[in-house]
Amino acid sequence: MTTAPEGTAANIARAVAGGKLSALDATEAALARIKQHDTILNSFTDVTAERARAKARAIDADIAAGRKVGPLAGVPFAVKNLFDVAGLPTRAGSKINRDRAPAARDATLIERMEAAGAVLVGALNMGEYAYDFTGENVHDGPSRNPHDVTRMSGGSSGGSGSAVGGALVPIALGSDTNGSIRVPSSFCGIFGLKPTYGRLSRARSFPFVASLDHLGPFARSVTDLALAYDAMQGPDADDAACTTRPVEPVTPLLSEPISGLRVAIAGGYFQKNVFPEAVEAVGRVAKALGATRVVDIPEAARARAAAYVITTTEGASLHLDRLRQRPNDFDPAVRDRLIAGAMVPAALVDRAQKFRRWYRARLAEIFGSVDVLLAPATPCTAPKLGQVTFKLDGVELPVRANIGVHTQPISFIGLPVVAVPVPLEPMPIGVQIIAAPWREDIALRVAHALERMGVVSAPSPRGF
Amino acid sequence: MAEPLDDYIDAVAQALALPIEEAWRPAIRANLEVSLRLARLVDEFALPDETEPAPVFAA
Repeated sequence: MTTAPEGTAANIARAVAGGKLSALDATEAALARIKQHDTILNSFTDVTAERARAKARAIDADIAAGRKVGPLAGVPFAVKNLFDVAGLPTRAGSKINRDRAPAARDATLIERMEAAGAVLVGALNMGEYAYDFTGENVHDGPSRNPHDVTRMSGGSSGGSGSAVGGALVPIALGSDTNGSIRVPSSFCGIFGLKPTYGRLSRARSFPFVASLDHLGPFARSVTDLALAYDAMQGPDADDAACTTRPVEPVTPLLSEPISGLRVAIAGGYFQKNVFPEAVEAVGRVAKALGATRVVDIPEAARARAAAYVITTTEGASLHLDRLRQRPNDFDPAVRDRLIAGAMVPAALVDRAQKFRRWYRARLAEIFGSVDVLLAPATPCTAPKLGQVTFKLDGVELPVRANIGVHTQPISFIGLPVVAVPVPLEPMPIGVQIIAAPWREDIALRVAHALERMGVVSAPSPRGF
Repeated sequence: MAEPLDDYIDAVAQALALPIEEAWRPAIRANLEVSLRLARLVDEFALPDETEPAPVFAA
């Protein structure tokens, strides 16, 4: 299977707005791809075909009547199944949540995507309650890697990575608490944006860790990523953590020169526990950007530890009643992690939150002399489905615990990151382009420059 | 032989009214050991008394 360039969101929207392609045809094409390939990829848990057709027809009617359409007119997209989709129970990868009443209203970000003309075609597979880095799911089966279907898609937004990596849809939305946008982006060879904490509304999405939850887009090009991001920005009273900053569009800035930006490579912790392919990927990106300076992020290992503690305890608090009432309906591995999380003394959690303040101040100092930090998105390319350990420098390490070691210390303090795909053979791998808080524009401009240089790109899927 | 954390697990499970089946215990204990090891890493780091926590965090 190959991806025609006209399959990007930008090209679809341009063709639809210009009357060269109907929104309905664009939608039917996505539905046909899903039908043809998703029996293998298993990225979708719900396909909202009738809703999508109705939306597409409405866009076509607007165009026929000469009414203005949005920048994503006719662009098919799908969302991780922790987003509320009106009419569906929000399962969040679980068995238990399937008993919930159907959502009465779409998540804010779906409403904003559709206000820009995008067409929701379905909900996507994910790790149970987002407590996952693999993309495997005991209830729905694993979403599969589009470049090698025997490999992990990455989690927890595995279906999002698989669906965009497999070119079933040009844009998907997911969530990232500790790496769940950046890990599937890396394994599936696509672009992912984890914005600044608080930038995009989380209203009407199923939570995991209130202190660390972010939502964001996946795409096959930086332009598409920016189009989706711009469409979703803006304050929202329905999310207590959502910023009141005005919309700061990035799309018009993407091609601005990056020559004045100070780019550094994250050293120390971020250069340990990595496979040669991760070193190669960061090296290629650094070389293309002319970056030679290496900056040590102090106490990154402790930041990862604190993120782990906050995650397991806030996750336990969220699920306490379900753990009491329906423990046998959880994925046993998730249940046992959450029960253990409920047992961590509160004083240690408070210290983790205080450490976060300290660590944030150190990063603020670094961003006084650096605009961009580069780090691996994952220590390795996608492991095999079901793989439990990997060998690094002769040492056997658990896969699950180590996939997110490079993403956790970054999301811990909410920094914006674009994960960019380096198309290595045989499998792609991602690099984190990390910027200061609220400077998504810088991370996206650098990603766009790398894309134009040909250093990063979403490879065509060839695993199915 | 009982593991060192078992009494603690039983006491907290009772305090929180969390049901725990014996078959789950080894995995819960293993997870708790990891969580406590990582929490100790944070605990060891001296912070000024005035440090504010960051519960709702504006970046």
